[in-house]
Amino acid sequence: MALKDITLGQYFPGTTLIHRLDPRTKILGTAAYIVALFLAKGPGGYAILLAVLAALIAISKIGLKSILRGMKPILIIVIITGLLNLFYTPGQGAPLLSFWVFSIYREGVWAACAMVLRIAMLITCTFLLTYTTSPIQLTDALERLMNPLKAVKVPVHELSMMMSIALRFIPTLIEETDKIMSAQKARGADFDSGSLVQKARALVPLLVPLFISAFRRADELAVAMECRCYHGGEGRTRMRQLKLAGRDFAALFLAVALCVVIGVLARFGL
Amino acid sequence: MEAIIETRHLSHIYSAGTPFEHGALVDVDFTAYQGEYLGIIGHTGSGKSTLIQHLNGLLKPTSGQVLFAGKDIWETKERTRQTRFQVGLVFQYPEYQLFEETVYKDISFGPRNMGLDEGEIDRRVRQAAQFVGLKDAVLEKSPFELSGGQKRRVAIAGVIAMEPSVLILDEPTAGLDPVGVESILGNIHDYHQAKNATILIVSHSMEEMARTVDRIVVVDDGKIPFSGTPREVFAHGDELEKMGLGVPAMTRVFHRLKSMGVDIDPSVYTIPQARDAVLAKLGRGKG
Repeated sequence: MALKDITLGQYFPGTTLIHRLDPRTKILGTAAYIVALFLAKGPGGYAILLAVLAALIAISKIGLKSILRGMKPILIIVIITGLLNLFYTPGQGAPLLSFWVFSIYREGVWAACAMVLRIAMLITCTFLLTYTTSPIQLTDALERLMNPLKAVKVPVHELSMMMSIALRFIPTLIEETDKIMSAQKARGADFDSGSLVQKARALVPLLVPLFISAFRRADELAVAMECRCYHGGEGRTRMRQLKLAGRDFAALFLAVALCVVIGVLARFGL
Repeated sequence: MEAIIETRHLSHIYSAGTPFEHGALVDVDFTAYQGEYLGIIGHTGSGKSTLIQHLNGLLKPTSGQVLFAGKDIWETKERTRQTRFQVGLVFQYPEYQLFEETVYKDISFGPRNMGLDEGEIDRRVRQAAQFVGLKDAVLEKSPFELSGGQKRRVAIAGVIAMEPSVLILDEPTAGLDPVGVESILGNIHDYHQAKNATILIVSHSMEEMARTVDRIVVVDDGKIPFSGTPREVFAHGDELEKMGLGVPAMTRVFHRLKSMGVDIDPSVYTIPQARDAVLAKLGRGKG
């Protein structure tokens, strides 16, 4: 098993325009794109959104291969959604095809295509965000964006600190899992075959050491943070200040424009 | 001597097809002979860990072959599994793999996976515990109550209990105090003697290597630039320095003497050898 090959939520370093955008712009832009995605109704809207996404991918220089690989884990959900829409969308007029209890209508085909495309684009645009933004930038931006919530006593700094620690430790834990798995395999452990119960039992030699090391790491990290006088967000300054540049305003303007255009098009059923 | 493990044109590429792609091993031909005490040295990231994980079938070669006792270990699924029992691999910091309630149960994990009967398992657990110097009273304790050094012994015993004919250890002495280092190296030597087992030991401590092994294989940048007896390998002093490995302090002293114009044999690597070389030189000087 190659756990290292998982790309879900991985950051690809780069210096393209998209990489250099302020992370807040990227988060808001992604949100705007998702809104536009749900506003879109007709083929016109989808075509524009697809073209925008393709352009963004091209600018970011993230290989199409990496994006498709990230898609793999959710492939089944996409397929099932597509099939459900295909079979269960009622339509007017004669069915295109019908057998046993199923009948497929023109509307069903359109709904299935639209739904699959929508999910695929939704996921691709969020991938684009995490592929081009380092976890640290991402949590920094979230903290800044959620700042107004402090007024209603939401522990924004603590939440974002927890998130950045969690993100920081995902690769470490994956590596650790890989290592413990190899060590147990070297002692003849078999994770791949047997019944479901046997497979569950085979996980004990993996999970016990993994939990112990996670607790140990958490402990060490807490001590290390305290040694450096960490005491929460009060008065804490940053090494890298986030600053919006001209390109960020341009990007945000384009994102809003996209929403408006798609919304107007949807009004006319395009 | 008869080869027990061989690799032929072994290459391994990590994360093939992504921006993170890199070749960890490139066309490596490696041989370990029956009954030898072999050292593998290499800088961090040189590919030595990748190499040893191929030797017991934990990693599958991207291309090339791994042979155990002359047969390809990837021929059938069963053979791969059997090879894992025949070629015991102790990872770096193996104490982090312990998981059972008692030391006894943890050591018996390997033999139990081999499908042995209870009597044989019991014999092997007790013998393995003895090899690493664990007392009977420790066997009923939880492995998590033990000290770091003790835990490491338990983990090594867990691999020895499978009675592998080849035992590979990745930095078995990392992070131990000098007494612990000596005692673990002694345990490994005992196993080597008692079972006539082949030992592969990965380390970057030149001094330790010089004292214990018969032959050294150097791994650098996914290749094996040279191998041979410690004397032969340490003769490549400059190249080793370039790889960031260096040679034992004693060898360095003699290389310096040589370059200062003293007519002396620079291929020494232990203190007794150094003494003999100096005495020989002085004796000749007087005569």
